[in-house]
Amino acid sequence: MLAAKAFLAILRRDAVVTGREFVPFLLQALMQPMFFLFIFGKVLPGIGLADHNFATLMLPGIVALTGMIAAMQGVTLPLVLDLGYAHEIDDRLLAPLPVWWVVFEKVLFGALRGTIASSVIFPLGRWILGDGFVVRTDRILVLISMVVLTALVGSVIGLLMGTIIKPEHISLMFTLIFTPLLFTGCTYYPWGALANIRWFQIITLLNPLTYAAEGLRYAMVPAIGGRPFPTLALHWILLALGVSVAVTFLAGNRLFHRRVIT
Amino acid sequence: MSDPEQMIDASAIHVSQLVKRYKNSKSNAVDGVSFEVSRGEIFGLLGPNGAGKTTTIGVLTTSILPTSGSASLMGVDIALDPIEAKRRIAVVPQQSNLDRSLKVREILTFHAAYHGVARKQRETRASQLLDELGLGKRQNEKVNRYSGGMAQRLMIARALMHSPDVLFLDEPTNNLDPQSRLFLWERIQELNTRGLTILLTTHDMDEADMLCHRIAIMDHGKILVNDTSAELKKMIPDGTALEVRAYATTARREPLAAALKTIAGVTKVDTMEADGELLTYRIQAHCADTLIGPVAQAVLSAGAEVRDLSIKQPSLEEVFISLTERHLR
Repeated sequence: MLAAKAFLAILRRDAVVTGREFVPFLLQALMQPMFFLFIFGKVLPGIGLADHNFATLMLPGIVALTGMIAAMQGVTLPLVLDLGYAHEIDDRLLAPLPVWWVVFEKVLFGALRGTIASSVIFPLGRWILGDGFVVRTDRILVLISMVVLTALVGSVIGLLMGTIIKPEHISLMFTLIFTPLLFTGCTYYPWGALANIRWFQIITLLNPLTYAAEGLRYAMVPAIGGRPFPTLALHWILLALGVSVAVTFLAGNRLFHRRVIT
Repeated sequence: MSDPEQMIDASAIHVSQLVKRYKNSKSNAVDGVSFEVSRGEIFGLLGPNGAGKTTTIGVLTTSILPTSGSASLMGVDIALDPIEAKRRIAVVPQQSNLDRSLKVREILTFHAAYHGVARKQRETRASQLLDELGLGKRQNEKVNRYSGGMAQRLMIARALMHSPDVLFLDEPTNNLDPQSRLFLWERIQELNTRGLTILLTTHDMDEADMLCHRIAIMDHGKILVNDTSAELKKMIPDGTALEVRAYATTARREPLAAALKTIAGVTKVDTMEADGELLTYRIQAHCADTLIGPVAQAVLSAGAEVRDLSIKQPSLEEVFISLTERHLR
C-alpha cells in the first residue's frame, strides 16, 4: 500500500517535470521527423526522385523511429547523469518501495513520452503530406498496440544504455548506438524490399526497430490493388518485440541495481 | 531487560561484526565493526577519509550490501526488510543530491509523498520546515541558485519531511562557512532534543566534541574506541596539564625548573617557549587541577613571578593521534 503510494508519487513527479517542459520535449522529439516527412514525403516525390507511394511506406517508419527515440532519450540521458554524478534519483531510491519499481516507473514514463511523440506524428503527417497522408483505419487496435510496444522497446533500450554509458562517453555512445539503429531499422524502406540484399536484410532483423516499423506498416499501409502490403508476419513481430522488452528490461534492471546497490 | 529482543528494541541502531569488502579490493573497507546507538542519542563516527565511515552509513541506509555481519534499525533487520528500514530513516549525504528539476518547496512535498504523507500534512510540514531552516522566502526557486549552506539546510528539511526515527548525516558541515556551520550545529542539537536519533560522520574534532553524546573513532575500517568525549580524553595518560607563564631572569630558570619537577604528582615538565625572560612551562600530571597552589608557590619560592596559570584539557585530536600515531588532517 505504502509502496503503491510511493510509486504513484514518483509517476506524478515525472508528469510534473515533463509537463513543465512539454514544448521543449515536443520540439526535441518532432523536429527531425518533421523534416524527414517534408523532404522524403513532399520534396523528393515533388521533384520526381521518389515514388508518391514512398510517403505512405515511410510514414509508419517515422512513427516507429520517433516513438522509440523519444522514449529512449527520456530514460537514457537523465539516468546517465543521475548514476554518473547527480544522484538526484537517490531520494526515490530511499522511498519505501522496491528498487525495481523505481526502474519500472522510469521505463513506464519513458514509454509514455514515446507514445505521445508517436501520436503527434499523425496530425503532423496529415498537415505536411496533405493528400499523401494515407493510413488504413481498420487495424486501429493493432496500431495502438504497436505504438505502445514500440515506445516500450525504446524505453527499455534507454534503460540499458543509461546504466551502461558513463557521462564522459555520452556523445560518443549516442553516435555509436543511434546511427546504426537509425539506418538498419527499416525506417525508410520496407523489410520485404531488401530481398535483393539478403545479408543486409538479415542484419536488420537484429534491430528491434525493424519489427516496430514493420508492425506499424502492417497496421497503417492500405492494401494496394486489393492486395495487402507485404510485411513481416505479425506474430513474429509481436514475439520479437515482446522478447526484446522482457530481456532488455531484466538486463537493464540488473545493471541498475549493480549501479545503485554496491 | 534480560529479554534479548527487548534489549535490541531499545536501541535505534544495532551493528554487529559488520564487514564490507568491495569488488577488486584487497582489504575490507569496513572490517568487523560492532556498535549500538540508543534512541535519542547523537552518535558520531569520527575518522579520516577512507576510514570506512561512509561505507558504514551506506550499509545502514540500504545502498551498500554488507559482505558479512548484520545491522538492524529500530529492531528492523536492514538486509531482510530494507523497505521497512527506509521508511524509518532519512539521509543527508555529503554531496547535494537535490532534485534540480523541481522547485525548492516541491522537493520537500514530493519527498513526503514518496513516503506516503498525506497532502495536507505535507504542505503544512513543508511550510514549517522551510521557515525553521530560514528558506521560506526562497521556496519557489529552483535549487541551482542556492548556496552550499542553503542546499545543506534544504537537504535537512527534506530529511525531516517524513518524520524519520533515525537521521544520518554524512559530513554535514564539510565545506560550509563558519556561520552556516554554527547554524547547522544548533539545528542538529535542537532536533535531537525533540527525540530524533542522529548518526553523523565527521572528520572535524570540534564538531564531534560539540555535538555527539558518544563518539566512535574509526580508522582502516575498524572502530578503535567508542565512548563519550570526556571518557575518550581520559585515555591520554597524564592527560591534563597545567601551563604556567612566569617571568624569570636567566639565573633563576634552573632552580625554577627543578622546583616544578619536585612537586608531588608531577610526571613531566616541558619548557614550551621563551620570550625574553617570560617563560612558559607545561607541567603534566594525572590531576593537574590540584597543582595550581603548589605550582604557584614553587614559582614564587624560586624568585620568579607568575603571569598566567591555566589547565589544558586534552583535545580529541590528541586522543586520535595517540591511537593512530598520525595526524587526522
